[in-house]
Amino acid sequence: MTLEFTLASARDALRSRRISSRELTQAHLASIAALDPKLHAFITVTPDLALAQADAADAALGRGEAGPLTGLPVAIKDVFCTKGVKTTAASKILEPFVPPYESTVTSNMLRDGAVFLGKLNLDEFAMGSATTNSAFGATINPWQRQDSDVALVPGGSSGGSAAAVASGMALAATGTDTGGSIRQPASYCGIVGIKPTYGRCSRYGIVAFASSLDQAGPFGRTVEDTAILLGSMAGHDPKDSTSVPRAVPDFVAAAKRGVKGLKIGVPREYRAEGMPAEIEALWAQGLDWLRQQGAEIVDVSLPHTKYGLATYYIVAPAEASSNLARYDGVRYGLRVPANDLKDLYEETRAAGFGKEVRRRILMGTYVLSAGYYDAYYLKAQKVRALILKDFTEVFTKVDALLTPTAPSAAFAIGENADDPVKMYLNDIFTVPASMAGVPGMSVPAGLDAHGLPLGLQVLGRHFDEETVFAVGAALEKAAGFTGLPQIRMGEGA
Amino acid sequence: MASSSSPLDPAVVRRIARLARIRLADEDVAQLQTELGSIIGWIEQLDEVDVSGVDPLANIGAASMTLRDDVVTDGDQVDAVLANAPARSGPFFTVPKVVE
Repeated sequence: MTLEFTLASARDALRSRRISSRELTQAHLASIAALDPKLHAFITVTPDLALAQADAADAALGRGEAGPLTGLPVAIKDVFCTKGVKTTAASKILEPFVPPYESTVTSNMLRDGAVFLGKLNLDEFAMGSATTNSAFGATINPWQRQDSDVALVPGGSSGGSAAAVASGMALAATGTDTGGSIRQPASYCGIVGIKPTYGRCSRYGIVAFASSLDQAGPFGRTVEDTAILLGSMAGHDPKDSTSVPRAVPDFVAAAKRGVKGLKIGVPREYRAEGMPAEIEALWAQGLDWLRQQGAEIVDVSLPHTKYGLATYYIVAPAEASSNLARYDGVRYGLRVPANDLKDLYEETRAAGFGKEVRRRILMGTYVLSAGYYDAYYLKAQKVRALILKDFTEVFTKVDALLTPTAPSAAFAIGENADDPVKMYLNDIFTVPASMAGVPGMSVPAGLDAHGLPLGLQVLGRHFDEETVFAVGAALEKAAGFTGLPQIRMGEGA
Repeated sequence: MASSSSPLDPAVVRRIARLARIRLADEDVAQLQTELGSIIGWIEQLDEVDVSGVDPLANIGAASMTLRDDVVTDGDQVDAVLANAPARSGPFFTVPKVVE
């Protein structure tokens, strides 16, 4: 029954006492028990904690004290610190780590009454586009090609989050997005995901990857569900100096605004060479849907788009090499015993980091090292300024942008694995918005020739998620996307 | 850019691994040389971009840095801080002997 509910309809059913949080939570735990051996979306499942939270929620509902998320079973990407529940970032180096504190985003959700089912798989330290870089094994996409049962990737890095929500193992989930890690898996798994504006959600208690880019956001099966969850996750936090002291708007109301009179930009540089015709066609279809609902479509230019990825792969590894210096085997996490301190550091970090993380730490160390800093890192920061300027200028002419989310549908596990640059190209459409810090949403809009979901991406101005929700909801309404993945809980189960 | 299009030198790979405090097995050096070399070759496309007169952007954050009140907000958490220590002695983290 888990897929029969949305976050919104489950909330209504709980409030009208048609179902209890315990029943709803047990149904989701049953889905996890049945499906997760196939999908491996979870690193840690916390059934006892979930049922205790559900019972507390039922008591609160009985007293008529319902918060925005009271009694709703959701799951958490395993980069958010959860007090007393191990938080690994899918890395061996953090495998033994049990946080003594709670991240601000998950604190906000607990304040609002959420039930946490467990911690979701990801690419190690959120570095990847396929969730194949997890130290604890890959997550499988619940969708399959019509003509083949070959295992597909769910996208990444928040692949566990996307797979869990798409298959009905959680009503909604948190993710983080540094270069596309919410939007691309949402597209690959046929669900909705939004990366809000940089600064909208606190980064306190989120395992850091690239601090000038990392931002938390929600996954849901509908635009409304992501609006509900983001409303809970967001908000100013004095513990994160980059979180912005602005009131959190009513995203659910914003999603109902419609798009009449809005100007929607079509950035010509996103017509990537070799883009599959069906993605090009879906994009045109999306523009038509918005036009039919009263939006005006405007051709625009973001001239530095093509440099987004290369800029990202300097800035993000540089920040990562600095952030991940803390994993030294001394204060927490893995330690490989050694006779002197330098060996302890080097052996611990050699054993604790996977190949992609090691590659990025070394890249970052290289671009920051003496003699190369100006040529790579400083140059990248200047190109980043030009990318931001592109967006700032275009948003004086239009209210939002529409693009494809990714250059393909989900690919098979093992594809794109031979060459790191090939894997990086999956993020070609999502990275520029990350570099500029603007909000972006992926909405499922159609299926490809193999029956796999494809998403469209809506980008908005800084702190104007409301327009992004309005456009996303308009696309959702027109697309009428009702596709379900092959691996899911059956009806009545 | 500073580096040429020649492949990354094995000595450079070893040097950055030392800076990053990651021990490399000998057989990993050649592979990393190829992989990092190909990434560096690819990012050198930024050479095409004219950035003269452009200020570097370190952070797109809209938050302005503010000072909080200078008061103690937390403390007396020795057990919580040490709870994840791989090795400890009383209220201290321990490491191999550093000074003879």
